[in-house]
Amino acid sequence: MNLSNVIRLIFPAIILLGASHGFSQGAPEARKKLSDAVLEPDLEKQKALVRSLGETGDDYFAVLFEKWKLGEVFIHEREGTAERIPFVLENAESGEPSPAIRIDTGAQLLGGDGKAMTFKAGDLKPVDTTRGLRAEMKNTADLLALGSKDVSVRAQSAATIGMMRKSANIEVLEKRLEVESDKKVIKNLREGIAVSRLASGDREQMIIALKELGEICSVNGRDDVLAIVRAEGAKPESQQDKELYAAARIAITSIDNYLKLVDIAGTAFRGLSLGSVLLIVALGLAITFGLMGVINMAHGEMIAIGAYATYLTEKWMTAAFGADGFGFEIYFIIAIPFAFLSAAAFGALLERGIIQFLYKRPLESLLATWGVSLIIQQSFRLIFGASNRQVNSPSWMMGSFEVAEVTLGFNRLFVILFAILIVFGTWLLMTKTPVGLCIRSVMQNPQMAACMGIRISRVRMLTFAFGSGLAGLAGAFLSQIGNVGPALGQSYIVDSFMVVVAGGAGNLIGTVVSALTIGLFDQVLQPFVGPVMGKVSVLVAIILFLQWRPGGLFPTKSRSLD
Amino acid sequence: MNQKDKIQFAGMGALILITVFIIPLLNGAVSSDSWMHIPSYQMNLWGKYLAYAILAVSLNLLWGYTGLLCLGQCLFFGLGAYAFGMHLMLMIGEQGAYKSVLPDFMVFLGYTELPAHWKPFYSFWFASGAVLWVPGLVALIFGFLAFRSRIRGVYFSIITQALTYAACLLFYRNDFTFGGNNGFTDFKTLLGIPINSDMMQRSLFISSGIVLTLCLLFCWWLLQTKYGKVQRAIRDSENRVLFSGYSTTSYKLFIFVVAAIMAGIAGSLYVPQVGIVNPEEIQPYKSLEVVVWVAVGGRATLWGPVVGAIFVNALKSWATYHYPEFWIIILGALFALCVLFLPGGIASLLPVVKAKASQFVAKFKGRPLAAAEGPGESA
Repeated sequence: MNLSNVIRLIFPAIILLGASHGFSQGAPEARKKLSDAVLEPDLEKQKALVRSLGETGDDYFAVLFEKWKLGEVFIHEREGTAERIPFVLENAESGEPSPAIRIDTGAQLLGGDGKAMTFKAGDLKPVDTTRGLRAEMKNTADLLALGSKDVSVRAQSAATIGMMRKSANIEVLEKRLEVESDKKVIKNLREGIAVSRLASGDREQMIIALKELGEICSVNGRDDVLAIVRAEGAKPESQQDKELYAAARIAITSIDNYLKLVDIAGTAFRGLSLGSVLLIVALGLAITFGLMGVINMAHGEMIAIGAYATYLTEKWMTAAFGADGFGFEIYFIIAIPFAFLSAAAFGALLERGIIQFLYKRPLESLLATWGVSLIIQQSFRLIFGASNRQVNSPSWMMGSFEVAEVTLGFNRLFVILFAILIVFGTWLLMTKTPVGLCIRSVMQNPQMAACMGIRISRVRMLTFAFGSGLAGLAGAFLSQIGNVGPALGQSYIVDSFMVVVAGGAGNLIGTVVSALTIGLFDQVLQPFVGPVMGKVSVLVAIILFLQWRPGGLFPTKSRSLD
Repeated sequence: MNQKDKIQFAGMGALILITVFIIPLLNGAVSSDSWMHIPSYQMNLWGKYLAYAILAVSLNLLWGYTGLLCLGQCLFFGLGAYAFGMHLMLMIGEQGAYKSVLPDFMVFLGYTELPAHWKPFYSFWFASGAVLWVPGLVALIFGFLAFRSRIRGVYFSIITQALTYAACLLFYRNDFTFGGNNGFTDFKTLLGIPINSDMMQRSLFISSGIVLTLCLLFCWWLLQTKYGKVQRAIRDSENRVLFSGYSTTSYKLFIFVVAAIMAGIAGSLYVPQVGIVNPEEIQPYKSLEVVVWVAVGGRATLWGPVVGAIFVNALKSWATYHYPEFWIIILGALFALCVLFLPGGIASLLPVVKAKASQFVAKFKGRPLAAAEGPGESA
């Protein structure tokens, strides 16, 4: 994050904070100083006065500085006297006459008649500022932010000041460090002090700073440390500063180890989220393929149906309620059931139309459903075009937050949470409800189930529809992570079949474990061997794994031969 | 030799006659103005169909007769094609765009020396051998692993699909030294003869015809042997065969390797006729298309795959020209309908046609009688 961004972040926060407290804050002496500064004709003295306000540690003055810079500070000259009173307007933006607040006391500016005076901002001549003064005010505002009551403002400010790499700032930072209690701010302060020391050029200071940077595993200071390692390493051995070089190398090792740890945690998170998507896709397949024994090659297209359903929902909702209104924010909530239902409806249709005739011929159901998948894919191409469609995520799914340098995207987090919910729901449905009982009995022994009065053809249709609906859900989530295209499902179909096979067909637990394992494995391998080789290694690993356990992780125990 | 075999032999004889004599003669000996003339591009197209027919026959050997639905047959086809393509690439020599001894894509990728595994492919005979042993070896290793752990049925299909998917991803990579995305193309000569010359194309067409006939002959012969019987028994009930004391693993492994080699040969005939090979050929959906050919033609019949491969590909050539957007829908519908309503493929129509024909003949034979009687009565 660069400096200007930080500042852009800090100031609105400060202004908000100040505004909520009104204009009557600040110690009287400090206010007087500011008032004097406004009136002071000599630039250097003005600067000194502004600088001295930094010591107050009251970030309310940053608000006043900001107003001054924006030209919202004015001087009232009382008629007949030499008295000049600097003031600000309570509500300068409105354009209406607004009460004036004296800078030196914080009280309302009273007229000769004892009544509060009002002014319009447009009628007044603001107090000018020069560039040098503005820079001084900005520095002082940064320092003031260091004393802010808001922890995040303090942390940002500590980072900003530290990363200026000026040894002049060390004193201020250290002063703050003594009284600071928040962990994140302390870390930023220590980092800032160390980086500033490192930039000072003083050898003793640099060694202390290197130790410090290594200790706190400063990611922001890594480049500085690395520069020293490089510079010292490039020198001939006789000229090397051994102690400095060693300290720098220790620091860089420590930082790199920390980064590796962060990287592993990030990989684990991405792997988990990829595994979750894979899990939702494979869970549907585990039901249609694992339980029912139907190889549905159109499963990938069910994913695409779910994704396009989401795309359409977004389009309709934005068309009906506008692009950034409430409708857009909640469209995904509506899209989830819609994606499920449309894929499930299509699944039911497919089962009635084709698959119900092929339960005895599993290999041929593979071929017939592949034919269907071709038809759907091409239809998508004809209806929506061959190019990918962008689905915009609602704002609450965008963004991310950081835990110790690991970025966790909200959409990925959401997918993980939802995967847990879906797995739990499926488990409940299959084991705790009468419907689940029917499903299991039909899958185990259809003839016997039929004898017990279960309508097996209906149960099969519903089971297949449910499995397809889960694929539709997966499509809805995939649309939030990437683009939607006609071949969306194809990239997942081989993977998800492998998940089910490796997990052991007919076993939901196996699917869960193998989906997460394969997702993690894939993400861990990718940085080392690249995405393609990572995928290839996973496939090869699965083939080899099946040598060891042909039935998958959790094979179905059965006395029947096939 | 029974009646049925006689028909089979007659068919093979006809195939040889057409592919070795009639079409090449109509292409080469008949002047191009005559209506009898077959233009080279037409012959070239049919040569491609013949190569596909060999591929379909190889899959039929697996799926039709042994019950192993391999969804990665195009991998072996592709390996054969790539092996032969490597030789063709080296034969370009310095005629390439970069005027280098190295194939163009290598120059483009910054290679300065030919990788070691490319060097033997300067020899035509080594390349021809590689067409056989490379797919064979891959099939042997993979088949050994798969059959040993008794992966069968749909699991076998899925694993073979994963295999071809993995291989396809590999071949797409530039650093795999096989041309990456673009594969091999722009061939110049084969055995010193320009590859696009009519003479060369005719020879390739004739070779395709002969190889197809030999493959059919091999299948026919295999079916007569005890081996062929065990093979079909495995398809119908593997456990019974296993319990009768046969090692189904080695039977399946053998047939898997033979089918892979056959597919490799098909690939090697395909490359010089089509003039390009790229990883697209190994994509999982390509192998599924081969399954369509066999299913449409009629699995577990000797001629079904040949008919299916030629019929579907001719349909494809026609449909992609006239209805480019709907071709895939036609293919998908053909497939779904074929599985549902015509599980035996086109070949299963033959008895029906025969019965209809004999009915018709009987009617036709009966009619003059009735006709003779009719007027007589009325008279």
